[in-house]
Amino acid sequence: MLKYILKRLVYIVVSLFFIVTITFFLMQAAPGGPFTSERKVPPKIEEQLNEAYGLNEPLYIQYKDYLVNVAKWDFGPSFKQKGQSVNSIINRSFPYSLILGLEAIFLALSIGVFLGVFAALYHNKFGDYAAMIFAVLGISVPSFILATILQYIFAFKLQMLPVARFDSFAHSILPAIALATTPLAFIARLMRSSMLDVLNSDYIKTAKAKGLSGRVTIYRHGIRNAILPVISYIGPLVIAILTGSFIIERIFAIPGLGNEFVESITNRDYTVIMGTTVFFSVLLLVSILIVDIIYGLIDPRIKITGKKED
Amino acid sequence: MSHKQIKESDFEAIHYDDSDAERIAGESTSFWKDAWRRFKQNKLAILGIIVIVLLGIMSLTGTLISGQNYSDNNLMNANQSPSWEHWFGTDNLGRDLFARTWYGARISLFIGLTAAFIDLIIGVIWGTVAGYVGGRVDEYMMRIADILSGVPYLLVVILLMVIMPQGLWTLIIAMTITGWIGMARIVRGEVLKLKSEEFILASKSLGANTMRIMTKHLVPNAIGAILVTLTLTIPNAIFTEAFLSFLGLGVPAPQASWGTMTSDALASLRYYPYQLFFPAFFICLTMLAFNVVGDGMRDALDPKDRR
Repeated sequence: MLKYILKRLVYIVVSLFFIVTITFFLMQAAPGGPFTSERKVPPKIEEQLNEAYGLNEPLYIQYKDYLVNVAKWDFGPSFKQKGQSVNSIINRSFPYSLILGLEAIFLALSIGVFLGVFAALYHNKFGDYAAMIFAVLGISVPSFILATILQYIFAFKLQMLPVARFDSFAHSILPAIALATTPLAFIARLMRSSMLDVLNSDYIKTAKAKGLSGRVTIYRHGIRNAILPVISYIGPLVIAILTGSFIIERIFAIPGLGNEFVESITNRDYTVIMGTTVFFSVLLLVSILIVDIIYGLIDPRIKITGKKED
Repeated sequence: MSHKQIKESDFEAIHYDDSDAERIAGESTSFWKDAWRRFKQNKLAILGIIVIVLLGIMSLTGTLISGQNYSDNNLMNANQSPSWEHWFGTDNLGRDLFARTWYGARISLFIGLTAAFIDLIIGVIWGTVAGYVGGRVDEYMMRIADILSGVPYLLVVILLMVIMPQGLWTLIIAMTITGWIGMARIVRGEVLKLKSEEFILASKSLGANTMRIMTKHLVPNAIGAILVTLTLTIPNAIFTEAFLSFLGLGVPAPQASWGTMTSDALASLRYYPYQLFFPAFFICLTMLAFNVVGDGMRDALDPKDRR
């Protein structure tokens, strides 16, 4: 187990190295320097700026410095937001994204699993069709369209919920729903097909034959086994929520990290783009690792080992 | 009880004709006929195909119908509601939304289909080679795919969009750079299953070279999985295009795609909701149609997974 985790950690570091390298050189290749603006900066000042930010060094030194700094979890200063470091931007905005993301993940998992089980239990009946039509719609309606529709109906027309910003729980309801719907629909479909598989399997027949009540068969034997594919979907789920947040946070004017990332793209704030990219990647790789470990713990059929030792 | 006496004359010999024994009663069904029969039963999927065909026709001819140009702006007519002259109304620069919607359809569908097609080619080649050659080659090829997919797809696309000039082909390149991985994995899985089958061994012992086995035996036999993946990549590509355009990384003005139109409409959502309605509706409709067709194809082509 320990060996497995260590091996995975090494992979994570290798992947991160590639990601940092690729983003660094991509941003170097980007047209326009960090200080290009409509107003021409006097050459003297530009020189000083370059020196202050270490931009006059040769490329390989800049690259080496950046790698070392990233390893120390220091993403450098922002080029566009005066006096702010990338770290402080991340620290300031990430909590909003985290709350929103967790809410959305919770919604997607709980309702998705429920819908899937419901559809499987009422297989080929009205409930099944209704749930699956809902799921197909959920997959087909892009999150940003759903977000604007929800905003228009519930905030502008009915005035039930706040239009934008992120100050209270009420503010988080619409964005969380918009963010959760597509993955929710995926989970519902996944859960339905795996539940159908499980319900047809021999051990469910055994459980019924033993005379266990319907509730016990479904909960103890059915859902517990059928939920495994959903758990392995948590990795893609985190990705979906994360990239979804770029747009949802913008629509609802939430000062989260996704919004910050999009802003840094429109402003061409290269250090922020790089820093957030690396941060997102770390977040993702670590959460996928955690999911894999949990999966190994839950599923008795999978033994996590460092190598093929059998 | 009265029994009727059975006489010999009550019996009659039937003449059995041997020549008929070998006749095949029903018409033989091929795999594709069988799949088509199953697909036809799915009314929703048929509807989806009809919708896709209609959307395709409209994207080619829609701009001609109303006699309005997609890029002519006339500020006197800005923000008009749908009317006899402007069927879908006009946007904030007075451009006709009906023409723009169908021009946008052309761009969105073109990007979606082209990106999916490029994904298909790279993915099939990559997956077939990795799966069939196996060993070290397989390991390296799949490791590269793993590293590429370790970074969120949209993040890579956004980063690429930042450094490349905005435009149609930039979008397509950015989307295909990691988009092929899903296809490659699925094709590899199919090839791994197929390559130990007897017909491959037979072909090999008849002297077929690797190239022939790949193109004549492996890919044709994996075509079901490939087609299903393709139909499900198309809505994904359309979504990504809309997503990027929405973030302001899409095709530059005055070109329009459904994504840029939704994004433009958002600013005036409060007062002119109809501007959002049309592009949003057609994005959803297109994605829905492709998803339904993809599901139908999966059910039809994969006999194991019957509902």
